[in-house]
Amino acid sequence: MTDGPGYDHTAPRYTLRLYVTGSTPRSTRAIENMRRICATHLDGRYDLEVIDIYQNPVAAVDQQIIAAPTLVKLLPLPLRRVVGDLSDTEKVLAGLEIQPHPLPPSA
Amino acid sequence: MTETAMALDSAPHSLPKTPSGIEGFDDITLGGLPQGRPTLVCGAAGCGKTLFAMTFLVNGAVRFDEPGVFMSFEERAEDLTANVASLGVDVPALVAARKLAIDHVRVERSEIEENGEYDLEGLFVRLGYAIKSVGAKRVVLDTVEALFSGFTDTGILRAELRRLFGWLKDQGVTAVITGERGEGQLTRQGLEEYVSDCVILLDNRVEEQITTRRLRIVKYRGSSHGTNEYPFLIDEQGISVVPITSAGLAHKTSDEPVSSGVPGLDAMLGAGGFYRGSSVLVTGGSGTGKTIFGAQFASATCRRGERCLLFTFEESPSQLIRNVRSVGLDLRPHLDAGLLRIESARPSLFGFEMHLARMVRDVRRFRPTAVVIDPISAFHGPSSEIQAALLRLIDILKEDGITALFTGLTASGPMTDADHMVSSLMDAWISLRCIEETGERNRGLYVLKARGMGHSNQIREYRLTGQGVVLIEPYLGSGGVMTGSARLAEEARERAETMRRQRATEQRRRDFERKRLSTERQVAELRAALDAEAAELERLDEQATSWEQSLEQDRDAMAVIRGAAE
Repeated sequence: MTDGPGYDHTAPRYTLRLYVTGSTPRSTRAIENMRRICATHLDGRYDLEVIDIYQNPVAAVDQQIIAAPTLVKLLPLPLRRVVGDLSDTEKVLAGLEIQPHPLPPSA
Repeated sequence: MTETAMALDSAPHSLPKTPSGIEGFDDITLGGLPQGRPTLVCGAAGCGKTLFAMTFLVNGAVRFDEPGVFMSFEERAEDLTANVASLGVDVPALVAARKLAIDHVRVERSEIEENGEYDLEGLFVRLGYAIKSVGAKRVVLDTVEALFSGFTDTGILRAELRRLFGWLKDQGVTAVITGERGEGQLTRQGLEEYVSDCVILLDNRVEEQITTRRLRIVKYRGSSHGTNEYPFLIDEQGISVVPITSAGLAHKTSDEPVSSGVPGLDAMLGAGGFYRGSSVLVTGGSGTGKTIFGAQFASATCRRGERCLLFTFEESPSQLIRNVRSVGLDLRPHLDAGLLRIESARPSLFGFEMHLARMVRDVRRFRPTAVVIDPISAFHGPSSEIQAALLRLIDILKEDGITALFTGLTASGPMTDADHMVSSLMDAWISLRCIEETGERNRGLYVLKARGMGHSNQIREYRLTGQGVVLIEPYLGSGGVMTGSARLAEEARERAETMRRQRATEQRRRDFERKRLSTERQVAELRAALDAEAAELERLDEQATSWEQSLEQDRDAMAVIRGAAE
């Protein structure tokens, strides 16, 4: 599950993984929130992989997942984790050190 | 305790239990931890929580065929492996054999940002995966409270931990959850609220620069358990707990005597030796040969083909062997035959309770029929504590029917309170004395007490010879016991006196015989005179009778004549 067409040479490219637990409402909400944030603020400069730890528990071990949902920013360094359903967009952006898009559609 | 014995032990209890395999612990919990339930093990840093938990898992995997999962929130798997490798546990081999799974949960506050609702399902998934991968029956969470340093929403954490402990129960695994000691409560985050089936507190106290580890079962729902604080031991052989026997004085007693190793001493004891399973105290001042009595007792035990464990706190094993060889006692063959084991340690190495823990463990492993502890007076500390610890040791030895000989150094002079307290625990007490008289220092012993048997009240002189301890026939002079050359002189004087007395007695006997003979003669004469008089009397009697008869006849004759005339 990799999203993100398009490419921008000036800004860093983001490698993101979202660990969820099946299709619980919270997981679904987190996926929706993340896709929206990526589409709005990363403009194609991202690889987002959604991993269901129920299906792939080894992935949870490998990436030291404790809480669910957890968003892991692998690149650019430093590694960051955001746990929760990502309902607060500004906090997500701050936490992942993403410059907000100057003109988000919701604004 | 063997596995089968443990299974039998726990059978009558309604609550099924999982043996920890930790020496002594399964005794005080009457079988182990509650099966299929979580147990909280709490204590301050460095008190042995992780080791307790790891031992529980490793024993499960190795001895009880119950694979386990170790979820570590603090130490990495490599560190854990290295830590228990020193105890002879090969964790990588267990992991490779799929008997153990280790998952290190790294909680890094700086990496984690919270945003919106979440749960700890990641932890559940990992734990579930680990349990499934080895078919685990046992789980350890060490130390789950580390989560509180990584997440700020304690509301969610508490709810999730509660759910986690419930989930562990649903999995049917026996879990050990460790927790750091908090202020005013057992754990920092009050985990005892959630894990309420069984709570164990570990403690590590330093008193007078000596550390003693103690374990207490704070709570064990649905099961009786020992309530005291039990000292426990961590050393190169792992963890072991000293149980205080719950039955107390219920041990079986034996009428069978066992030799003290000193023939003369056996003869002083009514039973011909100490009773098997009794506790014997041998006290004396410096140089009275206490250690030699101990060694001779040990040697006698081994000569019967029984095992003996000798704890020495003042000498190294080789020093002890050399020293007793000087009195003709060779312990080497017994050591080589595996019947004798000598364990030595400095008393100051650790507290008395730790020594006790070590002794009990050694006793349980070696299974001797006799134990020598030389000396108990090497231990310093509050006498009440030492007495309590000794009592525990004596109880444990009695329960196993092990005869114990303790030596103790006594200062010359009256007994101290500590002496009295220790002695009341003992079944028999042999007192060794130095008797200083007429420029000599001789040794004497007496049986101060011997419960349940008659015993000699004599003070016997003994000598440490090339053939060990030899008792000398007693000599009791007017001024008490006499020893050495004074005894020899006194004996000579006594012999002369005896001869003089014998001669005097014979003289008296001869005089008496003479007197007796003359008296008897006089009696015979008097009796003869008496007989003569009696014969005379009889004769007179007869004369009187015949006279009366003739008078009667005369009267009749006269009547006839008178009648004829009328």
